[in-house]
Amino acid sequence: MKFGVIVFPGSNCDADCHHAIHTVTGQEVRYVWHEETDIDDLDCVVLPGGFSYGDYLRCGAVARFSPVMGEIVRHAAKGKFAIGICNGFQVLTESGLLPGALYRNDHLKFVCKPQHLRVERTGIPFTHFYSRGQVVEFPIAHGEGRFYADPDTVAQLEDNGQVVFRYCAPDGQVTPEANPNGSLNNIAGICNEEGNVLGLMPHPERRCERLLGGTDGKKLFKGLVESMLVHAISLGRR
Amino acid sequence: MLYHVKIEITLKPTVMDAQGTTMEKALHKMGHADVQNVRIGKFVTMEVEAKCTSCARSAAEAMCKELLANPIIEQFEVHVVEAETECVA
Repeated sequence: MKFGVIVFPGSNCDADCHHAIHTVTGQEVRYVWHEETDIDDLDCVVLPGGFSYGDYLRCGAVARFSPVMGEIVRHAAKGKFAIGICNGFQVLTESGLLPGALYRNDHLKFVCKPQHLRVERTGIPFTHFYSRGQVVEFPIAHGEGRFYADPDTVAQLEDNGQVVFRYCAPDGQVTPEANPNGSLNNIAGICNEEGNVLGLMPHPERRCERLLGGTDGKKLFKGLVESMLVHAISLGRR
Repeated sequence: MLYHVKIEITLKPTVMDAQGTTMEKALHKMGHADVQNVRIGKFVTMEVEAKCTSCARSAAEAMCKELLANPIIEQFEVHVVEAETECVA
């Protein structure tokens, strides 16, 4: 399986993602400069965290117009995978690949800390190695991560099972106190209806090694690779 | 014709404005007890070459819908003023 880490001017978690995918997970990966328009060789693109285009106007608003974004829309339409982490999630919502918007945290502070999350959705490749209701810990680091969508869209996300991760307490309880930014329904990560595009504010790539506090995030990348392998084997048997 | 275009972008009334709420509390602490419903937004100015006022307005509105505002959380208001030209008399 081949990954591509998109690099926008101002991305700063690109090397972390590359390390998590290549060194930790053992997968082939290359950097993709935002001006590239040929990503046919990739099975999964990762839009990393950072401050693309200095977060000018709104987070992710300008990155949406990068030449590579048109290719990412086509890549996703083919059923290939895309993961947007933190600023990458903001770029995915701005580009319309995921619904909703992310804006200023309710307390106005940049929040940087380990955060417990409850896995809400299984049955998609991203959560292959997690179980429903499992509590994991990924770091969060953002000032504008408050998820918002209109009531109909939120109801649709909930009904379709598109909420993948929810901010929670260490025991898995979803409470207002466990919500670090005021996101509606404690939403930390969502996927599209097809389940091949994932966006989340927390950073799984920063929880891939014991030395860095745990390996909960590694399961996300490993699970994606494993489920693709299973899928390929099952296709081969037909 | 050159038009001055001013655009106000604010969060929709249904979207909680944390900056506005915080500034409102600060103003109350300063003694401005009669202040309420403080909202903070963005202000964009530009000059647009267009055939008429409504053409300039349409162009600015298209820019808002495509880039300057996020319709999920924001609303915008466009003000168009004809640019003053230098007197050649």
